[in-house]
Amino acid sequence: MDTFLVITPGSFTTVQDKGRYGYQHVGIPVSGVLDSFACRAANLLVGNFEGSAVLETTIAGPQLAVLKETDIALTGAEMEAKLNYKPIENWKTIRVMPGDVLTFQQVKSGCRGYMAVSGGIEVPEVMGSMSTYVGGKIGGYDGRPLKKGDIVRRGDGPLLDTPRHLPKKWIPRYPDKIILRTVAGPQDDHFDEGLAKLFQSEFLVTPKADRMGYRLQGTPIEHRENVPKSIISEPTMPGGIQIPADGQPIILLVEQTVGGYTKIATVISSDIPKIAQATPGDRVCFEKIDLDTAHQLYREQQQKLEELAAHLSAGK
Amino acid sequence: MESSIFEKANFRIAGDCGLLVEYGDAIDPAVNQKVRSMAMALQNNMPGGVIEIIPTYRSILIYYDPLVTNPLILKETLTDLEGCLSEIEILPPKVVEIPVCYGEEFGPDIEHVAQIHHLTPQEVIQLHSEPEYLIYMVGFTPGFPFLGGLPEVLHTPRLKTPRTRVPKGSVGIANGQTGIYPIASPGGWQLIGRTPKRLFAPELANPFLYQAGDCIRFKPISPGDYQRLSDMEVK
Repeated sequence: MDTFLVITPGSFTTVQDKGRYGYQHVGIPVSGVLDSFACRAANLLVGNFEGSAVLETTIAGPQLAVLKETDIALTGAEMEAKLNYKPIENWKTIRVMPGDVLTFQQVKSGCRGYMAVSGGIEVPEVMGSMSTYVGGKIGGYDGRPLKKGDIVRRGDGPLLDTPRHLPKKWIPRYPDKIILRTVAGPQDDHFDEGLAKLFQSEFLVTPKADRMGYRLQGTPIEHRENVPKSIISEPTMPGGIQIPADGQPIILLVEQTVGGYTKIATVISSDIPKIAQATPGDRVCFEKIDLDTAHQLYREQQQKLEELAAHLSAGK
Repeated sequence: MESSIFEKANFRIAGDCGLLVEYGDAIDPAVNQKVRSMAMALQNNMPGGVIEIIPTYRSILIYYDPLVTNPLILKETLTDLEGCLSEIEILPPKVVEIPVCYGEEFGPDIEHVAQIHHLTPQEVIQLHSEPEYLIYMVGFTPGFPFLGGLPEVLHTPRLKTPRTRVPKGSVGIANGQTGIYPIASPGGWQLIGRTPKRLFAPELANPFLYQAGDCIRFKPISPGDYQRLSDMEVK
């Protein structure tokens, strides 16, 4: 169903779903939403599967003309969304009607906004996913961000009987200083004092921050003496903290499959959304946890999402 | 030659969902063969909770769901699997011929590469198109093959400043490696030629012409052939 006409596309708006798995061995990164919590919450609010395709907006959101009645839920970054020029809130469902105009401004807090629609955004699947991978020109709209004149379609999905909202306790805040919990490795043995430095220092997010990775700036992290600064190229993980020769960390995200730099530590999955919402100038600290704690936190995060899903569907 | 295969696999923790397994510490066909055998053994019988595996030069990343499995279980499974590797049949490598137009606008760095090694561009072409190259791994961009076996006289360091855009199909050299850029992307390899062949066709059930373990041989072609072959490819 043709649901929106793109009047202005915003600075970088793409279709993303939970990601494209199973093709990293041929060089195709997972892509998908950067803030999986905000995406899942948005989908659950409108009654979709939590991994359905959504629009991911970045820094400045789009202007959309509504062509077809649908429920929407906006989550993630606060971009002063307006429906027919009246402010609307994030983290709740809103019914929009043909003729309505939906506008977003420059981001006020956070970095990436998500919009879920009833039935999910619909674009052709490429290799099992609708996610846009701009580097490989696949997924979404011919592998590119939205542009003026695009028609955004949605799948078949029932509209809600009553509006829903996310209780306050589940709504994340996006402070300008974040603490990322990390597990040491895979190449923590290439560092000695550098490892201590990583956990004691504060870093700044530089403007070189996108879906491929976030470059940080701070006290250089030195490698141990007599170890090579680069390694034989190996797979990379979202959250991997790469230390190139200049010692400035790069947090790898979802659009890279292999790399030849050492990774001193890896950010745990449930903290990736914090990076997704960080903008240049924000401050980043790293905290070291062990793998058992990381797995415990993973389970707690899943539990939180299950509770959230149960809460929303009970309130039908 | 002494083998660089580890006697016992080396495990590294890569976050809360990743386990990296190393089988050696060199770019070595024997190590890579072990990686590919293990990858195939895993693909044939994916352990519970494993979402995806990514084999590379000498290591495999196991991407798992911590709700279902953990590194302790996975290490045990992998060690058991190693004992059954002799039963794994590795497909005979396919040799894929890739036509390349060397030099001129197709390979802007060929003169530079030739100069460094006191060769003529013609000699560079001959040396580069002679071997059958093993595809050690595919990655970086969709279908980018990392090829080993580049003649030593052609080993050339990367560009000091990487290009922001390398044209699709470019064939390059970086130290002892050679490879092809299947899509336009940034890159720092010395470009010596370009293939008109389309190496990534996402609309096909099998979007790639080759996989890790196959071999590539480059066939020099003229600019006229480049144009003709390029016109034949689906855009």
